[in-house]
Amino acid sequence: MNPIATNPPVATPFFFYLLSATMIIGGILVITRKNAVHSALALITTLLAQAGLYLMLYAPFVAAVQILLYAGGIMVLFLFVIMLISIERTAKERQFNKQWLVGIVAAGALGGLFITVYTKGKSLFPLPQGPVSYAEGQNTQDVASLLYDWHKGAYMFSFEIASLLLLVAIIGAVVMAKKRI
Amino acid sequence: MHALIDYIVSYLHNETQTPGAAGNIFWATVYILLVFGGLSVAVIAMNWLERKILAHMQVRLGPMRVGPHGLLQPIADAIKLLLKEDIIPAEADKLVFWIAPFIVVLAAFTVFVVVPFGPTHAITDMNIGILFMLGVSSLSVLGIVTAGWASNSHYPLIGALRSSAQMVSYEVAMGLAVVSVILMTSLNAQGVGTLSMIGIVQAQQAGHEWFIFKFFPLGLIGFGIFAIAMIAETNRAPFDLPEAESELTAGFHTEYSGFRWSLFFLAEYSAMIAVSSIAVTLWLGGWLRPFPNALGGALWDQIFSFFPGITFLALGGITFFNVRRMPKHPLFRIQTLGLAGFGAVLGLIGIILFIAPVRERVSDIFWFSAKVAGFMYLYIWYRGTFPRYRFDQLMKVGWKVLLPTGIGLLVLTAAVGMRSELWSTLQEVVRR
Repeated sequence: MNPIATNPPVATPFFFYLLSATMIIGGILVITRKNAVHSALALITTLLAQAGLYLMLYAPFVAAVQILLYAGGIMVLFLFVIMLISIERTAKERQFNKQWLVGIVAAGALGGLFITVYTKGKSLFPLPQGPVSYAEGQNTQDVASLLYDWHKGAYMFSFEIASLLLLVAIIGAVVMAKKRI
Repeated sequence: MHALIDYIVSYLHNETQTPGAAGNIFWATVYILLVFGGLSVAVIAMNWLERKILAHMQVRLGPMRVGPHGLLQPIADAIKLLLKEDIIPAEADKLVFWIAPFIVVLAAFTVFVVVPFGPTHAITDMNIGILFMLGVSSLSVLGIVTAGWASNSHYPLIGALRSSAQMVSYEVAMGLAVVSVILMTSLNAQGVGTLSMIGIVQAQQAGHEWFIFKFFPLGLIGFGIFAIAMIAETNRAPFDLPEAESELTAGFHTEYSGFRWSLFFLAEYSAMIAVSSIAVTLWLGGWLRPFPNALGGALWDQIFSFFPGITFLALGGITFFNVRRMPKHPLFRIQTLGLAGFGAVLGLIGIILFIAPVRERVSDIFWFSAKVAGFMYLYIWYRGTFPRYRFDQLMKVGWKVLLPTGIGLLVLTAAVGMRSELWSTLQEVVRR
């Protein structure tokens, strides 16, 4: 058997570490850069690497939505707002405000949670019994049937509530921005 | 070595899969290089064609000096751009200024990974194909915005702001039109909808109907929305406000020169080809030949498969006709010979395309490219005829016309597709 013909899997540890390193470095750059546009670009890198991680988890639909919404949509609006800010003035201001102590405590708590999950993960979230099938080609359909299917759909109500919340936010933004409609 | 040759040959017996799906790295690389090269040639050809066609629309001659009928003008332009001084403004944000053109080019070229030139002629087929194309092409706006901001100059910044507002608004309408097509794929038979680009064309093949004609006029309206939104997405006239030359000099790429500017140029044209190929795949049957029903059957298949060869022979014929019209002065001797050589190459390609195995393999690529070429002509035609929109008019069209039409279209498509279920439910309700 030819070694190259055996379709090497892409979801190798190498790619996991590469994408994770990109995410961590990007995340650090987001909070350490003084220039807001550089931070935004680092955040985009982080989000794209995250989309790559979703792909490794056999969730192509989530990855595509991540790119489409976060990297392509929300970050453009971020940049749109950042460009209206005077960069010279913000660069001179203090990087961290006075709540950094609270921030450290919160970050420490979150880190503790991660360590707990990492060490006791197998007992907290047991893997499903039997062989796990990666239905890569069915991911989109699976998400759809979880959301909308009459029998299997467990999340339709919460999904609709979330979209209602977004609608309220849109209307609120219009009402606040426009004095006279 | 033997194993390597076996590996290369093994894909040739595979007639149902793209190299990406078959996992064949060698052929995937070959396809990537072919697509990249073909795209570059197409951009060069578009450069010449746009100048010539626009000129003839405005009763001018266009480029005439470099080569016969200015045929070598794109090469001269390319050399000029490469030799130009590469200027980075002193006050610019160097790093971002440097990165921005690459973001645009990467986004514009990456989408071609999933463009289906034929059932097996694509680099790969993803089950999220259309989402991938929309997502990656939406990344190009990041490059434009950062380019405008990094120049640290007024006109580029205004251009970048306009561009981001415009692209975000028209993406919504574009997405709605695309979703109506995805609904149509699933309405052929229950629960077999697909997002894959190849799957969408196969759904049209199975339904014996291009989606532009499906649920008439709903498919046509969806196509119309997409056709308008895609021009705004690619910043072309009449929606070329981010680079409106009468107001903003050159918009977001005012401060760019030389090679970096040519990257923006390359990205703009390959993005135009990319969105056109989305439109062709989604509404115009992708690689399928025209008139599958009215002129169906094996005989017509045979006749239509001669089209690529005939087209190239005709192009060669036109070239030879023009060779005879060249001035007879000895100064034009080399040009005349060159044009004759070009015509001979075109004719030779035409003859090669008549060979049966080549003909069968290439006809799908030909129909896809021909449809995309039609869109490219439309782009030039729009630029020659429509006046530029004002920015508030642009926003009004996007949010108040295209978006409501898109939502209505989506609801109507779903209702028409499910009409039998709706009808039976209605009857049940009435009976109670």
